[in-house]
Amino acid sequence: MSSVSDWEATANPVKDNRAGLIGKGVDRYEGPLKVTGTAPYAYEVQPPSPPAYGVMVGATIATGRIIAVDTAEAEAAPGVLAVWTHLNVPAQPPRGAKAHPRSTQGSKPALESDKVTYWGQPVAFVVADTLENATAASHLVKLTYDADTPDVNFAKRLSDAGQPPGEQDVEIGNFDEGFANSPVRLDETWATPLQNHCQMEPCASLAWWEGDRCIAHTSIQMVKPAQHGLAETLGIGRDDVHLLTRYIGGGFGGKGQTYDDLTLAALAARALGRPVKVAFTRQQMMHGTIHRPATVMRVRLGAEKDGRLNAFSIMTWTHCHKDGSFTEHASNFARALYAAPNRLTGHRLVRLDLPHAGPMRAPGEASGTMSLECAMDELAEKLGLDPVELRIRNEPPADPENGRPFSQRQLVRCLKEGAQLFGWDRRRPTPGQVRDGRWLVGMGMAAAIRGNFLLPAKCSFSVDADGVITVRQGMTDIGTGTYTVLAQIAAETLGVPLGKVVVEIGDSELPPAPGSGGQFGAATAGSAALAAGMNLRKAIAEMATSDPHSPLHAGDPAEVTFQDSVIALENRSETLADLIRRNAPEGLTVEGEIRPAQDAQKWSTQTYGGHFVEVGVDPVTGEVRVRRMLGVFAAGRILNAKTAKSQLTGGMIWGVGSALGEGNAVDPRYGSLINQDLAQYLVPVQADIGDLDAIMLDEVDDKANPMGIKGVGELGNSGAGAAVANAIYNACGVRVRDYPITPDKLLAGLIAQGR
Amino acid sequence: MRTTITVNGEVRSLDLDPRTTLLDALRETLKLTGAKKGCDHGQCGACTVLVNGVRINSCLSLAVMHDGDEVTSIEGVGTVEKLHPVQVAFLNQDAFQCGYCTPGQICSTLGLLAEIEAGAPSQETAPGAKPTLTDAEIRERMSGNICRCSAYPQIVAAIKQAAEALA
Repeated sequence: MSSVSDWEATANPVKDNRAGLIGKGVDRYEGPLKVTGTAPYAYEVQPPSPPAYGVMVGATIATGRIIAVDTAEAEAAPGVLAVWTHLNVPAQPPRGAKAHPRSTQGSKPALESDKVTYWGQPVAFVVADTLENATAASHLVKLTYDADTPDVNFAKRLSDAGQPPGEQDVEIGNFDEGFANSPVRLDETWATPLQNHCQMEPCASLAWWEGDRCIAHTSIQMVKPAQHGLAETLGIGRDDVHLLTRYIGGGFGGKGQTYDDLTLAALAARALGRPVKVAFTRQQMMHGTIHRPATVMRVRLGAEKDGRLNAFSIMTWTHCHKDGSFTEHASNFARALYAAPNRLTGHRLVRLDLPHAGPMRAPGEASGTMSLECAMDELAEKLGLDPVELRIRNEPPADPENGRPFSQRQLVRCLKEGAQLFGWDRRRPTPGQVRDGRWLVGMGMAAAIRGNFLLPAKCSFSVDADGVITVRQGMTDIGTGTYTVLAQIAAETLGVPLGKVVVEIGDSELPPAPGSGGQFGAATAGSAALAAGMNLRKAIAEMATSDPHSPLHAGDPAEVTFQDSVIALENRSETLADLIRRNAPEGLTVEGEIRPAQDAQKWSTQTYGGHFVEVGVDPVTGEVRVRRMLGVFAAGRILNAKTAKSQLTGGMIWGVGSALGEGNAVDPRYGSLINQDLAQYLVPVQADIGDLDAIMLDEVDDKANPMGIKGVGELGNSGAGAAVANAIYNACGVRVRDYPITPDKLLAGLIAQGR
Repeated sequence: MRTTITVNGEVRSLDLDPRTTLLDALRETLKLTGAKKGCDHGQCGACTVLVNGVRINSCLSLAVMHDGDEVTSIEGVGTVEKLHPVQVAFLNQDAFQCGYCTPGQICSTLGLLAEIEAGAPSQETAPGAKPTLTDAEIRERMSGNICRCSAYPQIVAAIKQAAEALA
């Protein structure tokens, strides 16, 4: 077992960074393919023979049963090869069944039964020779339902919400007493809406069979559960599914699981004896894949007059599918954020006839900071304190709930440097004081925090007779930069230029890694890559020192250096390629792996940041414009300045979207979501974003993993929306606690003020 | 329906289903999968291509309407071996992450640069003035191309780098 002290004490090439590749903002490894449109996403892979096209049909009720099926017209339509419903879909093992007990995912049958449990659930499937024929025939499938009244009104069901399974509230000290005894108190409630991921690439799959083996290309963040789940669903051995996901058009948590496109493509390809591809339409994505559920968050803060918190509580109510248990843990992040002796956090969950809730970028933090970080702003105003100063006064010396020391915590430095760089001292504490033409201008800030994780992973490294290093890992790159950072780690570890590194990921036959999610990707996959690289260095050094034909012969393998594709020992050297050509002309491959350290739990490990925003509010229309935005972040050693910054600025823009535009309303009549495309569900576009920048502080967190890195994919999102909301208040004096802050809500507040 | 379209300089004679969109003709018939399907409703811009030099959403146009037209998709802009300056700029500025909207963003950039060159105004252009490549003009004119990874600041930087390289 590894331990944190080993990580701290042991030098490695990533820490040494002799070639300077670690941290360097090199261009994306797969970038040339992406800018030329030649990176094949799942639906675009060219199969061995022409594919048939599958189109799914979604239920038009939220709950009930299918009582009649008429597929005659669809079956008779031109080009149609198959029409399936629950009545004739090929048999699949029951949901959750595992023929192999160690499968990471059980059977997920498609068109499972006559039962409908959410609007848009795939209930029929049409395959035809062309996309046009399949689409046309899909409209001819006639389903008759016995619909029940959907139970979808979250607001009305709040009082029925209960503890999520296996969870309890966490109380430290005595919250009620601490709150009651606090001279300054705040008790407010915030609401965040249901949100959709809206990845640019709708989920899609292409499958074909080679004998008894299924080859499946799909768009997924995690390889192994997809492979196992498909094998279990098809009732075949896990090794008989070869699952590939080389390029992924965005994930954000929504592609952490497979959907029926994959199952149906594989089943149809088997039934028809030809490749079949299936894609969700944009409209189908809204219901047919997971969403971030709505929350209601009650925040109570009790403070001394100097701003120190006595009592702090955030309680979250949220919802999930009737058969589910996913919980938006919007209270958890706050447990590590501010000091206070009396603390209460917890969650309440209500099950509704809505589609499946699930993780979406920064699950927990993204919603949770939208309440607490605005509550801190309100408290600062009550106290007459600067919001930055209030946070500094509540900076804990150690984790406020478990007492563990922080591995690294530069939150205060993020806030102070951000304030200075942004010109925070020009902010007027009283709202509505600054005008620029028709605009009321204000500034807001918020803290950012997001946990850091390390999961078990493997990786292989090969070197060939040309001295080319090939990294192989069942990892994914959803746009985060995985390809690129793996190449950088490999080049730095083996002392070769980036042009001598090949990265192969997104394939179930490669050494397993957990995939992309929870901002654990780079740390987990990268640490396994470093381990494999170290093993390859050792193997190469031993090969050289034991080879009588090598100038390094009889030297100490531990002293061998790797630089510029040359291995050296004091003044003796040869090229890596020469050594491999003589000793292993077919190449040399080794594996490495990473596991969480046994003592990792001794520390509280997070990533931190501070957001600063300037907005303009038009008091006549209620329009909000983000004029300037700056984020300052501390997230361990940065592997690639360019791709890491892109992750952070992308996350910040997600915060802008959450504050100002994003949200999906439920139609209580049908249990459907109102916004069903990108003209109605409003994600930020170019014109919504002004001058926006992110800065990363120098940091190394040697307790996080052997490289001292942490994740950045979700950190930028945490707190960003709250900073926008606080800036709106500072601009115009209106607090909207029901997100998104749309002009109608803001205008109501402005009118109430008499503006 | 027999339709002849010049795609990336090559004359292609196609027998098309009249329901086939230009996007699906490119992706499924011609196997030019660079243009992406993000929404199929003209709402995201991932399918942007140039038709006779003008950018359009290829998902909103039937292929048979383009008989005799010249279509440039991302495959006609540059290759991995010989990138176009706009592609170089997107790469250098990290103006994409997942890459799915990128071919559309790049084709849209080419359209934008031509519009500025031709003096076509936008909402950001002062009445009667000739548009210049300001950040505001770029943001306004590129707002039909959604990037959910939100590489918006990097895209603005890339377009400015490309314009400089092409000047």
